[in-house]
Amino acid sequence: MTATLIADTAVDVDAEGFLTEPIQWSEAIAEEIARDNGIPEMTDRHWLVVRFMRERYLTTGAAPSIRALGKESGVPVKELYELFPKGPAKLAAKIGGIPKPKGCI
Amino acid sequence: MAEKRIVILGGGTGGTIVANRLRRRFDLTEAQIDVVDQDDWHVYQPGLLFVPFGMAEMHELVRPRYQQLARDVAFHEGEIEAVELDHDLVTLADGRVLPYDVLVVATGARLQPEETEGLLGPGWNERVFTFYTPEGAGMLRDPLEHFEGGRLVVNLVDMPIKCPVAPLEFVFLADWYLRERGVRSRTELVYSTPLDGAFTKPVASAQLASLLAEKEIELVTEFNAGEVDGVGGKLSSYDGRTVDFDLLVTVPLHGGAAYVERSPGLGDALGFVRTDRHTLQTTAKENVFALGDATDLPTSKAGSVTHFEAEVLAANVARYFAGEELETGYDGHANCFVETGFHKALLIDFNYETEPLAGHYPFPVGLPLLRESTLNHFGKLAFQWIYWHALLPGRPLPGIHPEMPAAGKRFPVPAAKGG
Repeated sequence: MTATLIADTAVDVDAEGFLTEPIQWSEAIAEEIARDNGIPEMTDRHWLVVRFMRERYLTTGAAPSIRALGKESGVPVKELYELFPKGPAKLAAKIGGIPKPKGCI
Repeated sequence: MAEKRIVILGGGTGGTIVANRLRRRFDLTEAQIDVVDQDDWHVYQPGLLFVPFGMAEMHELVRPRYQQLARDVAFHEGEIEAVELDHDLVTLADGRVLPYDVLVVATGARLQPEETEGLLGPGWNERVFTFYTPEGAGMLRDPLEHFEGGRLVVNLVDMPIKCPVAPLEFVFLADWYLRERGVRSRTELVYSTPLDGAFTKPVASAQLASLLAEKEIELVTEFNAGEVDGVGGKLSSYDGRTVDFDLLVTVPLHGGAAYVERSPGLGDALGFVRTDRHTLQTTAKENVFALGDATDLPTSKAGSVTHFEAEVLAANVARYFAGEELETGYDGHANCFVETGFHKALLIDFNYETEPLAGHYPFPVGLPLLRESTLNHFGKLAFQWIYWHALLPGRPLPGIHPEMPAAGKRFPVPAAKGG
């Protein structure tokens, strides 16, 4: 875990850049992480997914998997990949300021 | 008339062990025990892996469910319609109604190939197969026997799946089988997975990745399969990558049993039952417990898990009836033999906190962990006998306990906490 500066705010991140303290998050931080990861502009659809992920994590202690995200957020899996290229669940978690989703065994 | 009524949904590994353990715990005046399943065929699922290679026959893997249950456990064959949590009863599709004081959900996971575009389209069971069903495993034998080279792709669509090591075992066995048949040099073997490595946890993942490399099996990671073209032989990912195949062996998406979705409050978005990870009581209602593949617990969907859970669950049902606090004894303990071909296997042992590590199981002297050995291969073979004769009856296995043993494992320094 290292301390770094995102959007002029001091935050703690893990080796891959995921915030380890969700409380340090802000919308400005989200926008900067998004830009750094190939999303120049956060649309309403991006925010919908990011907020859904974040709320789920804060209420249940775990971020939903990509499939659960597709079923419950109202954004189909195909569109999730268009919004967050490569790994939607991982990238949305990163932008949402929550720890990296754990792969189940 | 018994004092309490326990209804167990599912007569597979978990339901059977729990029924037999509870039957020993309560006499006939104390509890009536009912088990419900949609059919009377108990399949030894670890055996399905061997069927396509002619190393096991289907009839050796199947026994009547009814016969695995203790005397005085009632078995009902029928499709479950729904669980009515508010009224403490289960309804079956044919109209039967089973009221309960305690319900145990053990209906496992269901394959959902229909959720992947094109998977069930043209080419299904012709050049696109799964070995995760008895029918699929049987039908795959012929195309493997006549495979004359080309690209054989083994794909896992997405987690969670039953026995996460099985697709890896399949590709290891395919390598061996095709070498024996003399066509391996004309075959490109590919393993494609949505994970970022060969496996979920770092130490085992690295070990298994080097085994794949050693056997010249190409590893394609972070591949989230979204579409299958069974005629053109093309597997496409959601992010636009493609993998060509001549023969595709896939592990389809999994969800919970269909009735879970018809029972408000019982399951999550995928139909898995929300369950406390240490007590195995569900969060749906205090008199409902769950175990095995049916739960949403962050551990493997594997028989060993179910077996360890059954011991804790049975004790907690008794505590619940006695009005005592539940024991938080389940630690996520799992172990699996990973068949690697050439009469060898490796063994992994882990729990919620500790990832699979090297060492020995269950004691500092025992089966080698995370290392290929002939001993482990014979362990895997012997396990089938143990399954029917000791595990299902719910008899204690010497040295094997629900809690993961730490002795015998080589912990990295400082002791790593897995996730």
